Amino acid sequence: MLKKVYISNVNCITPLGFDVETNIDNITKGITGIQKHEDKSLMKDSFCASIVNENDVDEAFAKVTSEGKFTKLEKMMILALFPIVNEVEITDKTAFLLSTTKGNIEALKNKSDESIEEAHLGTLAKRIANFFGFKTKPIVVSNACVSGVLAISVAKRLIQSEMYNDAFVVAGDIVSEFVLSGFNSFQAMSNEPCRPYSKNRTGVSLGEATAAVLVTSNRENAKVVILGDGSINDANHISGPSRTGEGLVRSIESAMKEANIDSNSINYISAHGTATPFNDEMEAIAFSRIGLENTPVNSLKGYYGHTLGASGLLEVVIGIQSLLHNKLFASLGFDEMGVSKPINIIEKTENKELNCFLKTASGFGGCNTAVIFEKIK
Amino acid sequence: MLENKTYIHSTCVIQKNKIVLNGESIFSNEIEGFNDFAKKFYQEFEIAYPKFFKMDSLSKLAFIGAELLLKPIIDPLKENNIGLLFANKSSSLDTDVKYQESISESESYFPSPAVFVYTLPNICLGEISIKHQLKSENSFFIFDTFNSSFMENYANVLLNIKKADKVLCGWVEYFNEEYKGFFYLVSDEGEIEHTKNNIEIEFNK
Repeated sequence: MLKKVYISNVNCITPLGFDVETNIDNITKGITGIQKHEDKSLMKDSFCASIVNENDVDEAFAKVTSEGKFTKLEKMMILALFPIVNEVEITDKTAFLLSTTKGNIEALKNKSDESIEEAHLGTLAKRIANFFGFKTKPIVVSNACVSGVLAISVAKRLIQSEMYNDAFVVAGDIVSEFVLSGFNSFQAMSNEPCRPYSKNRTGVSLGEATAAVLVTSNRENAKVVILGDGSINDANHISGPSRTGEGLVRSIESAMKEANIDSNSINYISAHGTATPFNDEMEAIAFSRIGLENTPVNSLKGYYGHTLGASGLLEVVIGIQSLLHNKLFASLGFDEMGVSKPINIIEKTENKELNCFLKTASGFGGCNTAVIFEKIK
Repeated sequence: MLENKTYIHSTCVIQKNKIVLNGESIFSNEIEGFNDFAKKFYQEFEIAYPKFFKMDSLSKLAFIGAELLLKPIIDPLKENNIGLLFANKSSSLDTDVKYQESISESESYFPSPAVFVYTLPNICLGEISIKHQLKSENSFFIFDTFNSSFMENYANVLLNIKKADKVLCGWVEYFNEEYKGFFYLVSDEGEIEHTKNNIEIEFNK
């Protein structure tokens, strides 16, 4: 029998707040962090994105420390971890996982050996690890847009292998010229806040955030138990999802098999929902193939935009709050059904007894991840 | 956790214009630059997969290693549940730098989606998965140096919890023409025991 692995503490830093409670208040009120921005250093034309105010970050960070020089992303990662690191003693059986796609990619704007060093994800991880005094080698998960939720799955598996007793997981990405121009080159960017699954969607909104969780084998203070997980590739295309949702279907099936539950036990799906037609359609097909077409589903991208390597972890943090508060949050931006297989999009925030939720994500490279969480009673 | 014995079934090292498969040098040349080296390999080994030429260097490196280790064991008529566990130091920075150059000067501003897609390290896993039709577990990690204990542990986890029947492990470091590819297949059969020590011996050969 494998060890049970839990999540016992969570935090997030987003445009909707610097703690979980403020984020939940704003989500409940239907507030979005996505706004129109004019910033020539990021993009020539105006663009929509969910961006954390830098002055707010500096102000909050000044309360943590006045020492050292850190980038905005590093400050946001430290702020996310800071309140939860005190929860357990850091030992040589405490893992530190960091999830990101592009880390401090903005360093590449200066052409020098130092900036290349700065852009290395290992440099970022080492800086955060040193700040908190983690004793083990940082593990950086960089697997496109599934990174954040994959990091939870990796932490769980490593704890089950008895390599570690617990793991701090932090995830983050920021809105950079690099990523904005890239998504724009795919003509995937929306000129208004994104509308996942809607007939009237016009593409992705990018966002920035950090999130942190403590994954542990210790049941004390546990909020959820991680029942099962899977991360299976589509083997179909490097920049678009499989039309049949094959990799996502298999990832969910792998997670359900491990959890030893069927689709009826899942009360809520926190989906990826980037608001690109290919992604949304693929997810709807996958969910209906597994018999999850009636299960309430939302995408949180309407509140936060697509926060890339942070998104999976951030959405797990919010999903856990759904279970704890017995609340389904509206899939912001949704109006008319825009996918060919009808799914049960949450249109209004409502109270409902919840026990178990499924988090999914899909990304470039054909990757998919699914993780199932159950509330501790 | 109950553990079955696992083995290093086969290995491949690609560095300095040379490919060593299971301890035996199978290909080398004096040509300048990795991409020309890779092209020569492609021709000599009759790969016949034109998509290869669209890939960035990191993906080409990963592709060659996977080709050499997977081809002998894959049955194209069956499902092959071979997990992919890859890592490196420089992520996709080699392509990141090229992409950054394409957006740095306003006169030559030309962000290309075909380049941008390779600014993620796990794209090479997608390329391997497509070529060998592996609908299987895959994940990409970044470490400062090759982390043998992590690789050993995580490959064993995938096998022990039955998420994969075999695991193809890879260290695919590529930055600015400096590269090293180290690949090994972990399976329940083989002659070299799958231990941290043996992984390191193979890595340093």
